[in-house]
Formats: sequence, structure tokens, C-alpha cells
Amino acid sequence: MSKTRVATVWLDGCSGCHMSFLDLDERLLDIAPLIQLVHSPIADVKEFPENVDVALVEGAVSSDEDEEKILKIRERSKILVALGDCSVTSNVPSMRNQFEPNRMLHAIYGDGVIPLGGGPVPTLLRKSRPIHEFVNVDVYVPGCPPPADLIFDTISNLLAGQKREDAPAPKFG
Amino acid sequence: MPAKVITLTIDGRDVSAREDYTILDAAKEANVKIPTLCHLEGLCDVGACRLCMVEVKGIPKLLPACVTKVSEGMSVTTDSERLLHYRMTIVELMFSERNHICSVCVSNGHCELQAMAMRLGVDHMRVPYRYPTLPVDASHERFVLDHNRCILCTRCVRACDEIEGAHTWDVMGRGIDAKVITDMNEPWGKSESCTSCGKCVNVCPTGALFEKGRSVGEMVKRKAFLPYLTQMREGKK
Repeated sequence: MSKTRVATVWLDGCSGCHMSFLDLDERLLDIAPLIQLVHSPIADVKEFPENVDVALVEGAVSSDEDEEKILKIRERSKILVALGDCSVTSNVPSMRNQFEPNRMLHAIYGDGVIPLGGGPVPTLLRKSRPIHEFVNVDVYVPGCPPPADLIFDTISNLLAGQKREDAPAPKFG
Repeated sequence: MPAKVITLTIDGRDVSAREDYTILDAAKEANVKIPTLCHLEGLCDVGACRLCMVEVKGIPKLLPACVTKVSEGMSVTTDSERLLHYRMTIVELMFSERNHICSVCVSNGHCELQAMAMRLGVDHMRVPYRYPTLPVDASHERFVLDHNRCILCTRCVRACDEIEGAHTWDVMGRGIDAKVITDMNEPWGKSESCTSCGKCVNVCPTGALFEKGRSVGEMVKRKAFLPYLTQMREGKK
């Protein structure tokens, strides 16, 4: 049986969803034989690969780089999972949406050199938004972060179509 | 004179109810749970949130159960695909209209809007977020008003008026621009009518009104005391 090609992605978030993913602890060993982790911040793969079966995306779309990434992820993945409140609702990153990005950056960093307008630092979009406002999302897993049990339930579901009865209900926050 | 008793059906079940009951009262007595947010036992009903909408046979539009009186032979459906669709949409609109960020909210885990989203299976908002710029009033000595989390249920307005008798709270503006205000839209801390009783804070379903000094997830509202007060004072049902 060929292994399911799984990718995890970290956009504008705190990596808490990835921490929660690692909280699967010994259950990671149950999943490991079934999947091939083809891209992840914990695997340090630079380019998002082709033919991904399941992509778990943490974080909101906040910069032009995020937008580019999410379009590519959608194009190359069969199932796209919005993992955590930032990707589902934009959550904490959206707290800056009331302010104009450049003015906000100057207010925070003062008059120092701020690399605005391209270059090595991505340009902020006017507003930070959830990923489903850019691409079609197949599965939503809200939570800040989603509990490890819920992530396990989601992954098990996608791998075997089996839902665990003791999995927590999805909840924002 | 004792109230007349009438009969109606709720979700296909025959039930009896006093003629002055609302559909919500009758459903409650029959142990049928209709989702609500603006309703609170002990306060008058205003039909603000529309979550309790039900289908009544022979009437094409949906009716709010909290402000619709029962009538003889009425046939009510409280749970259907159509109702779930509208209820989910209402919750999604509430989330997208203001800046509800559960993960940094004092009421995280104790919020009725959050719980309602879970109950109805809302896992994302199908409408775009508005991200309005809204103020936070922390001028009161003990409490804070955060408009970002207000769903305009007006429970605070009614509790202050009907139970405390101060009528510090009111609603200003219309539609999506409406907001709750204290006195004549003055800072809460400068309000001369506010008695600092905290009823408004405790009836608020979200984290819009909260006690100072609470961090994320710490604000547990003490809801039980309000209906109790009403019962003791006026003997209301």
C-alpha cells in the first residue's frame, strides 16, 4: 500500500498548531508507517512538493508570500485542511486589520529601517484573512490550538475514514 | 381569572400550554430545546438574535419563538434543515460582523456565542469578515465594555432597566452600526445612573462586558442570580 503523502504548512501563526500536532506523542508512531511527510516546518523542506494527498495548513494569509504559498498548496494538494483558528478565522493575526500596515509597522518599530515593499521580507497584505477566503478548503479544524485528540481524529479520519467517539468537538478559541 | 389552556403540536407532539405563553415557553415546558441567545429567563423578550426562529404550519416566513404567542391548533417545527441553515448563518454573521477573537477573550470557554457555534456545528464563517474599528470603554472602575465582542442581544439593557431599575444602558444607531451605550453615550466611568451592580456584566452572553483584572478564559458569568431576583421581586414566571 502506498503511503499517504502529507504536508504541514506554517503561514501567519504561532506554530502552536504544530506543537499540538507533536502532542500526539506516541500516537505519532501509529501514524508514521501510514504517511510520508513530504513538507513541514519540522522537516525543513524548502519547496512545496507536487502530488500531496493531505495538506494541513496552520496560520492566516497575511503577506504576499502567504498568498502565493496558499495558491500553490491548493494547486498541488488533494485535501486541504485548515488547521487552527488562524487559518479558519484569521484569529490573532486579524487584530492588526484595523490599521494600515505601513503605519502600523512604523508605530511599532519607530523610525528605524523597516524593509517595506518587497525584498527579503514579504509585504503585508492590507488585511490578514482566513485561508478559505483565498482557496477552497476541504476540512476545517478550529481551535487555538486544536487539541491533539482532535488533530488525531482528523488525520485518522482522512487516512482510514474512521471517526473516534472520544474525540473533542471542534471549538473556536 | 385563570389563564385558558390551549393545545398545539411541537415537532409533531401534542402539547398543552397557557394561552399567554410564547412558543418558547411552551417548548420549554415540553422539554424541547430551542436555541436562544438574547432570551434570558427573568427578562422581557425582544426577539433580537432570531436564533429561536421556528416554522409554523401555514405561515411561510419563520417566526421568533420567544415573542410569538401560542394559539389553538398551531403546528410548530423547531428543528429542520432549513432552520439549522438559518441559525448557522446567523451565528456566522455575528462572528463576521465584529472582531470576536475567542483565543484572547476573557470569556473563552464560557461564552454563549462560542458554545452556540459548537452546538450548531459552525466550523468556519462562509461570509467575509468586516473587521470594523470599534472602541473599548475601560473608564469604569470595575468593569470594561468591549464593543468588538458585543452581539447586540440587549440583555444588559434589559437587566439594567427591568431588574436594577437604573436604565444606564441603551442602544444607539441602527442596523450594523448599532451599539450599546451608557447614559447619553458618555464614558461608562462617568455615568451618574450606573450603580455598579454588575448585573449587565453577568447577563452578557459573550466577553463584551467583563470585570477588570480577568485574563483569557477567566470570566465566568454568574447567570443564576438574575432570574432569582426577578422571581423574588415580582413573582414572575
